[in-house]
Formats: sequence, structure tokens, C-alpha cells
Amino acid sequence: MKASVFATRNHKEIVRDPVTLIFGMGLPMLLMWLFSVMQKNMPFALYEISNLTPGVIVFSFSFLTLFSGMLLGKDKSSSFLMRIFASPMLARDYIWGYALPLLPIALLQIIFCLLTAVFLGLSFNLSALLMIGVLIVISLLYIGFGLLLGTIFTDKQVGGIFAIFVNISTWFSGTWFEPDMIGGAFQSITQFLPFVHAVHAARSVLSGAYSDVFVPLSIVLGYTVFIFMIATLLFQRKMRGQS
Amino acid sequence: MTIEIKSLTKRYKERAVVDQLSLTIKSGEFFALLGQNAAGKTTTIKMLCGLLPPTTGDALLDGESIVHHQVAAKKKLNISPQETAVAPNLTVIENLLLMGRIYGCSKTEARKRASTQMDVFGLTPRQSSKAKTLSGGYMRRLSVAMAMMSNPKILFLDEPTLGMDVRARRDLWKILNQLKGRVTIVLTTHYLEEVEMLADRVGIMHQGKLRALGTIQDLMYETKKGSLEDVFLEFTEEESL
Repeated sequence: MKASVFATRNHKEIVRDPVTLIFGMGLPMLLMWLFSVMQKNMPFALYEISNLTPGVIVFSFSFLTLFSGMLLGKDKSSSFLMRIFASPMLARDYIWGYALPLLPIALLQIIFCLLTAVFLGLSFNLSALLMIGVLIVISLLYIGFGLLLGTIFTDKQVGGIFAIFVNISTWFSGTWFEPDMIGGAFQSITQFLPFVHAVHAARSVLSGAYSDVFVPLSIVLGYTVFIFMIATLLFQRKMRGQS
Repeated sequence: MTIEIKSLTKRYKERAVVDQLSLTIKSGEFFALLGQNAAGKTTTIKMLCGLLPPTTGDALLDGESIVHHQVAAKKKLNISPQETAVAPNLTVIENLLLMGRIYGCSKTEARKRASTQMDVFGLTPRQSSKAKTLSGGYMRRLSVAMAMMSNPKILFLDEPTLGMDVRARRDLWKILNQLKGRVTIVLTTHYLEEVEMLADRVGIMHQGKLRALGTIQDLMYETKKGSLEDVFLEFTEEESL
């Protein structure tokens, strides 16, 4: 119950600061349109809408990292979190309180991007519907990264680190190009990180290759659980006043 | 609602920030904890609120140990931190409701309490204003009102009037005076006139140790000084030299 009360507060804090929210929704839609236009003028299929859509939606989730990280970082920088720490809330209440309000925002990102994709030629079918479920699971990974960053860094630092994060999560995701086009160490790092697996899982479900979803989604889930655990442990340390 | 502090100590490596602090604060008492910067006041309050674990020692808040029964102890207290601690994009009433609900109130009960606190703290006309649009004085009032939403038996006020103008500070004093006797209040402040106006008893900390304890009159008599400021300087002189 406490987690849901805290989640309501966090939801209001995020949606009442609409500039970043609009940016987080608008930029992916703009990118999808731009790359679709590019595709029309390209002699080979690189940015086909069925391939582009899952990648761009996963890219849009990096803004969830920004939202959760900034909110937690801001609360930490002000004394607000100190006030809340003095309450009988537990670490898990905080973590869920910060994570839950971002799920409807993730759903909105998915819907806006899908509507744009349908407008650009994607056929909306059962696979697209199933992809929404897979993407919601993937969004938790990005929310978890935000909680981890917000727990460790201040809001000002999170802003800077987000710029690095968004680059890493995009370059190593296979959204804009296949990692095997570069190969070598780049491809090995890509396979080690969860981002390419997130895009792969979403692409597989959209293409109807459901049996190919399990492995990449399991890797994403594994990372998500690990990151949430680390964030919770670090948060508990903060609550106990340990640096 | 008594606070029994027993040899409370906080060490960072070899440095004792709070050193063997022992005292008892009576139920309903308005107690002022004074000291220069880095005397250990905020660390003491943080330990009493369960925000920092003591290295050794303990404190009983209304009989509940801050070491062994932290959650039970936390239910009895609330804090208005040194910096204004409000949710900036929430309105005044939403901030109050948030605190009520976090402490387990039903929606109806939280609304009732919020209405009472807005009356007490003169926030009713600003109830729909976002906290970030409030003046410094109103934000401080909201911060203390939020702490009162849980009906705490013990209230910690860490420099509640810091940075407020004279009128806003006096307005808050009036409100705090209304709480006297109903809630056990521990105040830290650098404004000695605030202590003279509000406190029943004073503790002066210096370099982590409690150097003086008593009413202002007791301490003035003991030190043969004519003002609280002189008393304060007497007990904290060592560092100044």
C-alpha cells in the first residue's frame, strides 16, 4: 500500500514536468519517421518499418532511465528522501514506488510509437499485440538502470551520465545497424550487454518467430533482476546512512 | 513520549562525532539542542530518527529502541529536515496527503488531518498551489506541517527557520508554540532568540559531547552569565580559541 501511495506521488512528479516527457515520446516518433524516409531512398532494406519499430521503441525506453534516475537523484539531493527515510517505509516500497509509475509511461511510449509505425506502413496484428507485452517486460530493464543511477548519483550527475548511457545502449543495441557489420570486440561487447537482446526479443515477436523470443528475453530478465537487486541493496545502504 | 538517550555514540573511524551522549527528554517538553557547526546535533537527530545507525549506545523513543525496534520507533516520530523537504510538483494538500497515507492513514483520515494542519499552519489559502511556487516561509511551514501529518508523539525540527525572514520566523514560532505540551519536540537551531522564545530546556553540544543541560535560567545561574548567548559561548569557547 505504501509503495502505491509513493508511486502515485512519483507519477505526478514525472507527468507534471512535461518537457522531458514530451521529448521522450516525441523524439522516437520523429526518428522513426526520419529513418522511414531514408529507407525509401535507399537501394537496400536496412530500416524497414517492421525492423525499425521494435528497435526505436526499445531506444525510447532509455528515457525511462532518465526519468527514474533524475527523480530519485533529485529526491536524494533535496531533503525529501531524508524525510521519507524517517518514515516506516521499507527499501522495497521505495524501489517499487519509483518503478511502478514508469510502466504506464512505457505503455504510452509503445502506443505512440506503434501508431506512428502503423501510419508509416506497419501492419497491426497479433504479433504486434504480443510485442507490447514483451516490450513492457523490457522496459523494466531500463527503469532498473535509472534506479541504479539515481541511487548512486545526484540528479545533476544523472543528466550527464544519461548522455553516455543513451549512446552505449543505442550503439550496442543493433537498432541502427547489425553488430556483425563491425564484428570483433564490438560484437562481443554487444552480446555481453542486454540491449541487443532486448531489441532481438522484440523483433522476434513482431516477426512471428515466437520460439526465438525465449533466450534473448531470458537474458534481459536476468539483467533486470540483477540490476533491481543491486539497486535495492545500494538503496538499503543509503537508508542506513552508509555511503 | 519520553526520549531516553543512553551513551549514544557515532564514530567515523577514530573520530567521535557524537560521544557518549546521555540525556532524558520529558514527555511534551520543547527541548533545544544547541551547538556550533559540526558539534554533532544533526548526527544526533539522524540517529534518533533511524537515519544513521549508532556506533554504540541506544535511545528509547516512548520505550521503543532505535536499534532493536526501529520500525516501531519510526511510527512515533517525524522530522522536518534542515533543508526544506517537500515534493515540488505536488500541491500543498497533495504533499500533506502523501505524508498521511505513507504513515498508514485512510484517505478520509488523511484529508481530515490535512485540513487540520492547513488551518494550524495557515496554509489553507495556498492548498492548491504547487510546493515549488511557495515562498521560503510558506515552504517551511509546509515542511513542518508535513511532519505533523502522522500525529507524531516526537517531532524533530532541524533548523526549521533557517533562511526565513523575521516575520516568517515569528509566524512559525507562534505555530510551534501551539504544539508545546502536546508533542515532545527536539529543536536544533543557531538562532538563540528562537530558543529563548520556545524551549523549556536546552542542551549544548560541543565536539560531540553534551557540555550543558538545563533550563536557560539554570545555565545562566550556573555560569553567572547574563544571556543565553554568553552561556553558549562559555560552553563552546574551547573551539573558538
